Amino acid sequence: MSLLANTGVLLGKELRTEFRSRELLMTTVVFILMVIVLFSFTFDPSSSEARRFGGGLLWLAFLFAASLMLQPCFLREQTNDTLSALRLAVSDPFAILLAKLVANTLFLLVTELLMLPVFAVLYNLAVLPVFGQLLLVFFLGSLGVSIAGTALSAISAQARMRELLLPLLLLPLLTPVLVASTQVTAGLLDVEPFIQWKGIGFLAVFDLVFLTALWLFGEYLLEE
Amino acid sequence: MKKNALGAAVVVLLLACAAYAAFFIAPTDAKQGVVYRIIFLHVPSAETGLVSFFICFIANVAYVLKRQPKWDWMGIAAAEVGLAFTTVCLITGPIWAKPIWGIWWTWDARLTSTAVLWLLYVAYLMLRTLIEEPERRALLSALFGIFAFIDVPLVFGSIRWWRTQHPQPVIMGGPGSGLDPTMKAVLFFCWAPMLALMILLMHSRYRLEAMRGDLDVVRREAEAA
Repeated sequence: MSLLANTGVLLGKELRTEFRSRELLMTTVVFILMVIVLFSFTFDPSSSEARRFGGGLLWLAFLFAASLMLQPCFLREQTNDTLSALRLAVSDPFAILLAKLVANTLFLLVTELLMLPVFAVLYNLAVLPVFGQLLLVFFLGSLGVSIAGTALSAISAQARMRELLLPLLLLPLLTPVLVASTQVTAGLLDVEPFIQWKGIGFLAVFDLVFLTALWLFGEYLLEE
Repeated sequence: MKKNALGAAVVVLLLACAAYAAFFIAPTDAKQGVVYRIIFLHVPSAETGLVSFFICFIANVAYVLKRQPKWDWMGIAAAEVGLAFTTVCLITGPIWAKPIWGIWWTWDARLTSTAVLWLLYVAYLMLRTLIEEPERRALLSALFGIFAFIDVPLVFGSIRWWRTQHPQPVIMGGPGSGLDPTMKAVLFFCWAPMLALMILLMHSRYRLEAMRGDLDVVRREAEAA
């Protein structure tokens, strides 16, 4: 119970910090928008082509955005020297990671949902009929990205060249998420939309595996 | 020193025997001709690379739990040697693929997962160069190594399910697949020198890292004094 209570308090802190400035959300939204617009120059952005490439485009944009958005997650604690205070405050250090990863998932989901209508309009794709299923893929995908990303951002925050290092560590690790979410999203954007439950299951397995790994090894990430 | 030279001699001898077996004992393939003989280098390198990465994973877990520098040295040695073998595999693959498939590369499950594996361990080595403090470097890289290794089956699974255009693997690919018994024997025999080479390289790299570690301790003491 204390884990959940601690996580709740820390999550409140993460959300308050972000919503005071909204820096992270704004920058990420603009970044994704930029990628979506720039991508249109790399292929013929007609509806049929967009159906083929749309899923991949969207997820690449999300992944790149996430690898930038996750940077300040631990860096902020480090520059303000608040990590040791956080560690002292909670009984289980996993609560710190859990709060951060839930916050990151929420931030990612918000930006993705803000960008989805823009993407649908620009590439002439019908997303409303499959909105529920898309939300499920977005949630499971973003959760996976956030679990791995939170862990790796704790690592990269302690290294030199951290801005470049995080994408370098994170992107190859997220290959399975990219493959599975792209496939499911592509199925949902099809002329006759269908949902690949295999992909959904795979994403859930990825999330579970990495969440377990984080639970087992997470406390070592926060050692000082 | 003497032991090392002896080990190197054994490895060279084994490699020579394997090369002889690969060129003269294994029969020429009916369809592919002599080109196929590169598998005697390609397949053992791939397998040896995987063995090295597994050793790296064990060393990483051991370091996180025990915090003895020797596990860190073992981790870096295994990762570097594994990366070297995987690089050999990734280079010999296209050399074979060009005359047989007509293309250098295809985004098939095995090729793609090997490429992602290679990238993951390059990232592991990059991470190590970017953290100064030895203990922090050892711990954080060990943790990344653990995450990377856990990711490998997921990478392979995802790519195999969704990205494969290539037919089933020839070896252990189900009914109808399989190698000529002599070829198979030679292939298994060729794995031995690769493993021996892996042990030799890993041992030398481990010793080098151990010496670096000792040097670092002495340097710190000198600076403190």
